[in-house]
Amino acid sequence: MSLLKLDNVTIRFGGLVAVDSVNLTVEKGEILSLIGPNGAGKSTMFNLITGIYTPTEGTISFNGKQISGNKTHTIAAAGIGRTFQNIRLFAEQSVLDNVLIGAHTRGTWDLTGSLMKLAPWVRKEEGELTEWAIECLKQVDLAHRAYEMAVNLPYGEQRRLEIARALALKPDLILLDEPAAGMNPQEKQVLLEMVKKIRATGVTVFLVEHDMKFVMGLSDRIAVLDYGVKIAEGKPEDIRTNPQVIEAYLGKGAVH
Amino acid sequence: MGALQSIVAMVDPYVLQILVNIGIAIVLALGLNVITGITGQLSLGHAAFMSIGAFTSALITIKLGLPFGLNLLLSGIIAAAIGAAIGYPILRLTGDYLAICTLGFAEIVKVVFLNLDITNRALGLTVPPPKSPIPMPFYVWGVAILSIVFVCFMKESRFGRALKAIRDDEIAAEAMGINITRYKIQSFAIGSFLAGVGGGLYAHFLNYINPSDFGFLKSVDILSMMVLGGLGSIAGTVFGASVLAAAPEFLRFMAQYRMLVYGGLLVFMMVFRPNGLLGGVNFTDLVLRAIGRKPATAEINERHNKG
Amino acid sequence: MLLQQLINGIALGSTYALIALGYTMVYGIITLINFAHGEIFMAGAFVGLFLVTVLKFNVFLAMAGAMIFCMIMGVVIELIAYRPLRKSSRLSALISAIGVSIFLSTLALMVFGADAKGFPDTAFPVQQVKILGAEISTLQLLIIGVSALLMLALEFIVQKTKIGKAMRATSEDYNTAALMGINVNRIISFTFALGSSLAAAGGVLVGLLFNAVSFNMGLMAGLKAFSAAVLGGIGSIPGAMLGGLLLGVAEVMGVAAGYSSYRDAIAFAILVLVLLVKPTGLLGQKIQKKV
Ligand SMILES: Nc1ncnc2c1ncn2[C@@H]1O[C@H](COP(=O)(O)OP(=O)(O)O)[C@@H](O)[C@H]1O
Ligand SMILES: [Mg+2]
Repeated sequence: MSLLKLDNVTIRFGGLVAVDSVNLTVEKGEILSLIGPNGAGKSTMFNLITGIYTPTEGTISFNGKQISGNKTHTIAAAGIGRTFQNIRLFAEQSVLDNVLIGAHTRGTWDLTGSLMKLAPWVRKEEGELTEWAIECLKQVDLAHRAYEMAVNLPYGEQRRLEIARALALKPDLILLDEPAAGMNPQEKQVLLEMVKKIRATGVTVFLVEHDMKFVMGLSDRIAVLDYGVKIAEGKPEDIRTNPQVIEAYLGKGAVH
Repeated sequence: MGALQSIVAMVDPYVLQILVNIGIAIVLALGLNVITGITGQLSLGHAAFMSIGAFTSALITIKLGLPFGLNLLLSGIIAAAIGAAIGYPILRLTGDYLAICTLGFAEIVKVVFLNLDITNRALGLTVPPPKSPIPMPFYVWGVAILSIVFVCFMKESRFGRALKAIRDDEIAAEAMGINITRYKIQSFAIGSFLAGVGGGLYAHFLNYINPSDFGFLKSVDILSMMVLGGLGSIAGTVFGASVLAAAPEFLRFMAQYRMLVYGGLLVFMMVFRPNGLLGGVNFTDLVLRAIGRKPATAEINERHNKG
Repeated sequence: MLLQQLINGIALGSTYALIALGYTMVYGIITLINFAHGEIFMAGAFVGLFLVTVLKFNVFLAMAGAMIFCMIMGVVIELIAYRPLRKSSRLSALISAIGVSIFLSTLALMVFGADAKGFPDTAFPVQQVKILGAEISTLQLLIIGVSALLMLALEFIVQKTKIGKAMRATSEDYNTAALMGINVNRIISFTFALGSSLAAAGGVLVGLLFNAVSFNMGLMAGLKAFSAAVLGGIGSIPGAMLGGLLLGVAEVMGVAAGYSSYRDAIAFAILVLVLLVKPTGLLGQKIQKKV
């Protein structure tokens, strides 16, 4: 059974068909990349999977259960973590707090926990959550920044912090929307190794990226979206030579 | 208890009155701070929840004669329950609507109290002394300190983190698995609870309440306290509540032009000092320094550099 | 009898519609509830009253004067209290708006006192006319006529003029409009000017209708007009007109049915009901926010 399955998914915004009858599966343990020109509908696809948008037609299922139509927070709790193309950190909060919020679903004490904040059982959970958050920060090499304010991190580190925050959810599937955007080649190389390690811990990775070198060096499979339509899907070497893909990119002069 | 009474008797009644006003203001402003400062939802009906608490509490004393602690708890719970009920349809939507809906709700609450026989309509209620061996000033400050401790705890717990996440970015918060509607309603209920408790204290301190005392301007009073101290800051709220609760007593122009000053203040603070008059001042550090200890931030950095 | 109430409702409702238009246009463009809008309406009523009683203007000239005054007032308020907060959180702008509202109503209280003032009887000689058995005053006809005229003018500006088209484009997609070279600041100022002038006209008309102008008339009227805007669909201009009329009729009918002490609660009850059942209102479209 595939981990994630998009079945004939379509979304319209007024007259615009942003995602058009897409069928796609993500298999357990793989790294799948989604590429395509700007405005192709890639981010929209992530928004559909995470329930921020609801498909006009079609269904999405995760671990065999339908998730389309569910609320965003239940989809996250079911095990899908994500980052955003336009970074959405909790800017004025510490790096650690950002990741602790990501670990929300791993904790149990709610309002009653606030009332009993000093009780050993509540403190125990806080301690465990904090340890786990530091663990996640280590995965993206940011543990030394734990007590800084998120907004004060350089751009590349903010992108990595978003990944740590998504990992804190302990997701089965992580969606990365242009994780390497704005990074220099060295930073990209570091990130590439990080993503590989993340996959090695058993997390399935589904990412959107424009940098072809990054995508080719990382992906097991690649899917290509153009004007909302999936025009190709396959191994990196097949995609590289696919005439339709070349046209989608070169035909519009948008080489990345 | 006799000791407490004699302490109260020693303090100048005028000073005592100001202190009690400050204590009540802190409870009210903290409640609003939970809703607006920590969760980012603007309520303009805080005075309405205060009035619900005030009338409930007064009626409990009059009709049931329950002990004051239990009385306050019940008044708070009733305010919270009404808050949750009214918050449910509104808080599912964008935050803007909460402001206008709470404003409308407050007007309705006023009209209802003005038309109910049990609240004595426009004449208002005379409130008998509370059933409690502890003198009012101690009661007020006990509740104020409990509220401060509770909100401090809450802010730095898993629950509080979820609220702050909602304030900063609802979409990101939801993507982290936070049920934003549920938390918003809970936050609104907690804030309304504190408003209700504050109302109960207010009713028994003044001995007389009238629906017209809890209009829009009362809500603006409380809002100004919070804004002056800084949205989301607990120390700031205590500061703002203290300053604005005491100012009319000391500054004549504040007594006369209070609302003019508040209106200008709200605009000025948002444009020039959005983090409060003392925004950026770390109160915890100040306290630690004052008692001769290292500031917390320094300690954290040291700990990290070692480890 | 029913016709009578209907016309009373339409007259009242047209004034709500005039105010609601300002809320809806501003919200459509910068998604801010302009809390000071009710006070602009109040200021319009006072300016009109001043022009009629002190400078002996006739009602129409006074209304024009009030509209010009409030136009400037609206633009200045936006400049001082909202523009510096364009990039801040919505909460900051909202709090600032409440500040302006409080400031203005307190200022009016200090300048004009707490008592309501009335227009002199000579301002607009009221006569009753009988139409199909209903007693209709010339004042009601004036209100309905002026409102209809102003709304037609607005419709023309928004649909046919260049700046009106730019306004619609900005309302639809702020960022794209800015990218396409529309001077967004100018559009926002224009929107405030337009909305404020309509509110001013509403202020003078309401002042005549109830023969009362007071410092706190903005709060309730603003709340009702906002409810009307939400009922019609916030952001929608025809929606605000429709919502205003419906609300006016509902209020008059409610009072006629004997709920006069809950008169002010009717608008709010409708507001909550709309938010529960159909938050996009009668004519509003569901817009999926871009993420
Ligand atoms: N909420 C929305 N409302 C209207 N149009 C949208 C919305 N979200 C995305 N779109 C449109 O859908 C198309 C695809 O956008 P997107 O998914 O962001 O592309 P990309 O592939 O670059 O990530 C674009 O034309 C965009 O303008
Ligand atoms: Mg994108």
